[in-house]
Amino acid sequence: MEPILTINNLTKKFGYLTAVKDLSFTINKGNVYGILGPNGSGKSTTLGIVLNVVNKTQGDFHWFDGTTSTHDALKQVGAIIERPNFYPYMTAEQNLKLVCRIKGVDQNKIDEKLTVVGLLDRKDHKFRTYSLGMKQRLAIASALLNDPEILILDEPTNGLDPQGIHQIREIIKNIAANGTTILLASHLLDEVEKVCSHVVVLRKGEKLYAGRVDEMINSYGFFELKAEKHEALLQVLETHSNIGNVKIEGDLITAFLNEAMSASEFNQLMFEKGILLSHLVKRKESLEEQFLQLTDHK
Amino acid sequence: MLRLIKIEFQKLWLNKVSVVLIFVSFILPFTVLILSSIKINFFGFFTLELGELGIFNFPIIWHITTFFASYFKFFFAIVVVSMIGNEYSNKTLKQNLIDGLSKKEFVLSKFYTIVFFSLCATILIGLATFVIGMYYSSYTEATIIFREVEFLLAYFVKLVGFFSLCLFFGMLVKRSAFALAFLVILYIVEWLIFWAAVYFTGTVESAFKVKGVLPLESMYNLINQPVQRIVMTKFPEKTDIMYDYAVHWYEIAIVLGWTTLFVFLSYQLLKKRDL
Repeated sequence: MEPILTINNLTKKFGYLTAVKDLSFTINKGNVYGILGPNGSGKSTTLGIVLNVVNKTQGDFHWFDGTTSTHDALKQVGAIIERPNFYPYMTAEQNLKLVCRIKGVDQNKIDEKLTVVGLLDRKDHKFRTYSLGMKQRLAIASALLNDPEILILDEPTNGLDPQGIHQIREIIKNIAANGTTILLASHLLDEVEKVCSHVVVLRKGEKLYAGRVDEMINSYGFFELKAEKHEALLQVLETHSNIGNVKIEGDLITAFLNEAMSASEFNQLMFEKGILLSHLVKRKESLEEQFLQLTDHK
Repeated sequence: MLRLIKIEFQKLWLNKVSVVLIFVSFILPFTVLILSSIKINFFGFFTLELGELGIFNFPIIWHITTFFASYFKFFFAIVVVSMIGNEYSNKTLKQNLIDGLSKKEFVLSKFYTIVFFSLCATILIGLATFVIGMYYSSYTEATIIFREVEFLLAYFVKLVGFFSLCLFFGMLVKRSAFALAFLVILYIVEWLIFWAAVYFTGTVESAFKVKGVLPLESMYNLINQPVQRIVMTKFPEKTDIMYDYAVHWYEIAIVLGWTTLFVFLSYQLLKKRDL
């Protein structure tokens, strides 16, 4: 796989505080990555370092194959950090023209990208008249101007209203569907879960996990069950070797799997034991549950 | 280089305040120059014509126009500090870097703009002086006309030096108003150093030599005040008011040295900073 960003043993100290501790991971082309972690876990600092605005203390990183300088590599990257920063006295179009000049790309994509984020009709309005949601969408348009190899988004839905959040997510999903590599930093787990295939989990500047979302914890998922013969069902579950923990909430039984087992296999088994299920759902832990499990263990 | 100047010009041209200030710093010295060169009739009581004083004669006119025009540099100084201050307050500096501008390019784009502006100001003052001089001057032989044209070079170096100082202060304190206050502080500090030098060396003359290497004083020394020289031309027999008003190579070297240092320090500051 083609690497886009490689980070080796990166460390950043702000005085006594270590914001990022010995962090290493690689971003490969074509995947959608999430960086997860609570507030203050070093997500923004890590992104700041690779984006040339924060100086590293130790370690190193390189973009692509490592032959281009960071600021040249950044011309092939689209990034949005925290809040959208533009010149308030310029219109949307003028701001984007400036970005084109900095990135050294042609200005003919401005209208196209403004259409992607739905701001074409407001392109002659000054940036200072924009709402936060519009500013954030303009930032995305700006990040897309060079058709980047990778799009970096740091808390892109922070502070937005539900419509704004929905719009931004739709835009991100569409971009991801086009095959653009995305790196999304967020503390909102459902956000990451909805779009990411891979995650890096950070806590207090340390990496807890890096890899595929569905392999984050060794889990075969669990069944949610209901049956008329409640007691009989419980008995079967306790004796079956594939089933580990069993949790009971009212008449809903949650049975965690020790080994792989499909829902139809389980249904077959129950049928043979003479238990008729009124409710059977096989689920995997949500990212939130996995995340909490992971951060609790360490 | 052209790309960097284009980037900076877009930032300046679309900002109304900086456009007004740039125009003022260009137009005002001309208005003053032209007004002073025309014959003003005070309601028939008397006519004031500065040209008759001989101040528009070559070569002294180069000295006089560059000296007085350099006072208008303060308008563009405001533009320089605000073009740094705004980048910090709008956080667009951070965005510029993320978009792929290097820190070196950022400082250079500001510096090139300063050089470009100083060059324009020098050329315009040069042309205006030439035209007015040709109109008023009693001497119009080429050797006399271009004798003290080095004042134009001094003017250019003075502008570049002063704006580089503003650039550095802007980078240092990140806020335009504070940066301008630092200029005043530096002015006071230079006088304090002067008095300290008087105390330690014992003579005012050597103390002025010490002050002469400090940034603001070295810029001022490039073009000394011309009033005394005008008086000198009126009373050539009074030798006690003679003074050295020429542009010396070492004066230019000192200011260029400061300029290099200020631009370099601005870059180092930005490089060290976490944004």
